[in-house]
Amino acid sequence: MGQPMITRRGALLGAAAFCVPAAPAGCGGPPGGSGAGTVTVGSNASDAVPKKALQQVVDGFGGATVRIDTVDHNTFQENINRYLRGTPDDVFTWFSGYRMRFFAEQGLATDVSDVWRRIGGDYTPALKAASSAADGRQYFVPFTYYPWAVFYRKSVWADRDYRPPKTLDELTALAGRMKRDGLIPIGFADKDGWPAMGTFDILNMRLNGYDFHISLMSGKESWTDRRVKAVFDTWRGLLTHHQPAALGRTWQEAAQSLARGQTGMYLLGMFVAQQFPPRELDDLDLFTFPEINPKYGTDAIDAPIDGYMISAKARNVEGAKALLEHLAAASSQNIATELDPGTLACSAKADTRGYTPLQQRGADLVSGARHIAQFLDRDTRPDFASTVMIPALQRFIGRPDDIDALLRDIEAQKTNIFR
Amino acid sequence: MAPNRRYSAGDRAVIAVGLGLAVALELALIWGPALASVALSGTDWDGIERPRWIGGGNYADLAAEYPPFWPAVRNNLLWLGFLALIAAPFGLLCAVLLDRRLRLSRVYQNALYLPVVLSLAVVGFIAQLVFSADYGVLNAVTGLTTDWLGDSSINLWVVMPAAGWRHTGYVMIIYLAGLKSVDPALKEAAAIDGAGEGQTFFKVVFPALRPVNVIVLVITVIEALRAFDIVYAINKGRNGLELLSVLVTENIVGEAARIGFGSAIAVILLVISTGFIVVYLSQIFREDR
Amino acid sequence: MKRAALHAFLGLVALGWVLPLALAVYASLRPYAETARLGYFSPPESLTLDYYARAWTEAELPKYYLNTLIVVLPALALTLLLASFTAFAVAKLPIPGRRTLLIVFTAGNLLPPQVLITPLYSLYTLVPLPWWLSDSMSLYDSYLGLILIHVAFQFGFCVFVMANFMRTIPIEITEAALVDGAGVWRRYWRLTLPLCRPVLAALGTLQFTWMYNDFLWALVLMTSGDKLPITSALNNLRGQFFTDHNLLAAGSLLVALPTLVVFQLLHKHFVAGLTLGSAKG
Repeated sequence: MGQPMITRRGALLGAAAFCVPAAPAGCGGPPGGSGAGTVTVGSNASDAVPKKALQQVVDGFGGATVRIDTVDHNTFQENINRYLRGTPDDVFTWFSGYRMRFFAEQGLATDVSDVWRRIGGDYTPALKAASSAADGRQYFVPFTYYPWAVFYRKSVWADRDYRPPKTLDELTALAGRMKRDGLIPIGFADKDGWPAMGTFDILNMRLNGYDFHISLMSGKESWTDRRVKAVFDTWRGLLTHHQPAALGRTWQEAAQSLARGQTGMYLLGMFVAQQFPPRELDDLDLFTFPEINPKYGTDAIDAPIDGYMISAKARNVEGAKALLEHLAAASSQNIATELDPGTLACSAKADTRGYTPLQQRGADLVSGARHIAQFLDRDTRPDFASTVMIPALQRFIGRPDDIDALLRDIEAQKTNIFR
Repeated sequence: MAPNRRYSAGDRAVIAVGLGLAVALELALIWGPALASVALSGTDWDGIERPRWIGGGNYADLAAEYPPFWPAVRNNLLWLGFLALIAAPFGLLCAVLLDRRLRLSRVYQNALYLPVVLSLAVVGFIAQLVFSADYGVLNAVTGLTTDWLGDSSINLWVVMPAAGWRHTGYVMIIYLAGLKSVDPALKEAAAIDGAGEGQTFFKVVFPALRPVNVIVLVITVIEALRAFDIVYAINKGRNGLELLSVLVTENIVGEAARIGFGSAIAVILLVISTGFIVVYLSQIFREDR
Repeated sequence: MKRAALHAFLGLVALGWVLPLALAVYASLRPYAETARLGYFSPPESLTLDYYARAWTEAELPKYYLNTLIVVLPALALTLLLASFTAFAVAKLPIPGRRTLLIVFTAGNLLPPQVLITPLYSLYTLVPLPWWLSDSMSLYDSYLGLILIHVAFQFGFCVFVMANFMRTIPIEITEAALVDGAGVWRRYWRLTLPLCRPVLAALGTLQFTWMYNDFLWALVLMTSGDKLPITSALNNLRGQFFTDHNLLAAGSLLVALPTLVVFQLLHKHFVAGLTLGSAKG
């Protein structure tokens, strides 16, 4: 690595010499372009609403000129390794949990503990923990998040006098009633591979508790453990109440049948709201997945957090930290939650008066949970999540009776990945 | 072939520059990286830390413990069979029919070429429009409730025709260009001898198309082994639609960086494809002698 | 009668080819709220071109069209030039080892691009470029880098196709030139290349389409959002979770337009009267 760096630096010096007479801006692009007063932000907010939100937030930042480099969501994520090793921006959008820790531990992120000393009062201990790596330092500033819950249409339920179930038995009974009433009890779609992870997470946390779930995710437990088997057994029992042919359906299609009143309920993230026309949003409500094991009750949910980090190669660290502080402010996050009713602000100081009723319910749900998980693909190694878990869950949905062989396969691959 | 003659100094310079550039580019950007990948396939590199040499470990894991691997090999072979035996001949048929003076010929050619220009995003959406179990046109028209894309025992057979849908367009273009180089005098001579249309084609035109046939065969092999975008657009190549190139992509390109492991899959793909091409091309050139 | 059967067959095939696309066009003309409520296979309540206007601005299509052309046009020209000369040399000149060369080039094209990605990325980050050639100061994240890989990767296929076509060119033509004492360059540029117009046009069409639709090289070798090609602009129309597919369909169709234009422009060259047979006469 050392030798090429020298040639590279030589090239940089050459460029600097070239740039001196011209206006600094003329030498655009890294590294020439980011002078003392400029902070670059690598953003994956490429679609209209989040893009507008970030722009508005940044417009309110007076500390430095901010240049946003937007890359579409998919490319950004696929490219993150190469991006951080190559020529990353000062600040970049990312996720909390294992995926943040992974880059922190590889030395690809800058420690922002000093930012946290200033903003810490606005955040709950759970959020601080979700922003901290194994070394106890913080590398991440939370911005917005969205809880996973069971969604339903109030009007559909009121017509038939359904009540949110409190236990697994009540859920099963309700599903049976819905079936008799001609509804699909539980909406389900897993063509894209990740939605079923939400079901796995919640069943595991309800049956075995948050600590076991996180331990399983970090590769410390065996997948052939009877507790994991219990998760799949329970799931298999519920599958008869799920929408059939899930592997060919996208979550948007499943949400459509919820919106049309053909489906009784649907476990998904709060972004399901984006599928509803604004005037029908008031009819959408949610409840947390019911208790299965009284020992754990309903004390844990999935609520993935999106936020910002500073790359290890950042050129304007001070400016980047100032920007992070600005992003951590409640007023910044409120801009985003107002534009996108599928998200909630992370800051405890956020003004919730502007929330829609659904956002209010989501916020209540999160404040009532003792543990917040980040969703399977953010709580474990990305290679394990995408190359092992997605095919495995799809195989289970296609052939639910083959649990023992499935779990042996997962365990064998897990051993190869977590070595 | 032309007898060996002396080249002038100018000729030598032209050849050296032209071929030198080509060889340099090919070695630096294609074969160099390919060989580097072979080396990487013996490591457990995650793209960040130092690679650790684990010899054939990746290959052993691949064959024994990676469930999508064997289905992917099988699907790639089926894919090759389908494109070579159904889609390519169909493209030839269309090209032959369109080669004659025909009104609307241009319209038909455009129609057949359309799928070739479509990007991944819209192909995935079209597949959903046609084959979705809930809202797809196919189920709406036939009254079935089949889960065309989600049922892993049938989805490959739905997607292969979709791939053929695009492949036919490529093949047709190549043959249309090729048919123009067939000497019309040959056809006329055959017609005078009283040969029917079909006979003329198989006895005269098809053999004359031999160089084009080789090209189409190679394209078909390339397409079959590199097949990627349709299954990726439909469900990221999972659940019955596994293909080797998708497995490589998933392990190497994405956030999930199992570069050593992914490279091992890539090397297998490499061996299959170069094995095929070297054997085949050497044979062709031998016949040409 | 036979004509009618022929037209019936071709018409049916063409319909089968166009119909799926027509569905996408139809969807792109209807608001998402409507298709979500009624399903895609339903009579329309309203038809509008709004999505096309939105795709044009939201995906910033003009900017990305330009990015793609900056890469594709030079890459296409270079590929065809380099490949046709190489094919000429391999097919027409008695050069030692030319069969091996041809095999190496062709096999290079058979490699799945994913095999090359990781080493290429490392290589590109190590090659420094002057700032006037690449604002990233390296081959990584530069247009030049993308052009080079397109040329290198597509080159083998073009050589293979052109070499095969050139073999069919009667030797008498270039032989006659040899007697006249024409140099290698003249034999290639003036005598052989004009005869290759159909295959150049066909290759040009295919290569333009392939390079234009590429996203993999850009994904790996580019990092600045504002330099990415048009395939990435389409992804701007997707949300992290929610995607308005009708909007995406409208965007995809707009993005596909240039490839169709190229097809129309080059079409007459590869199906028009120019034949090797008549050129011989």
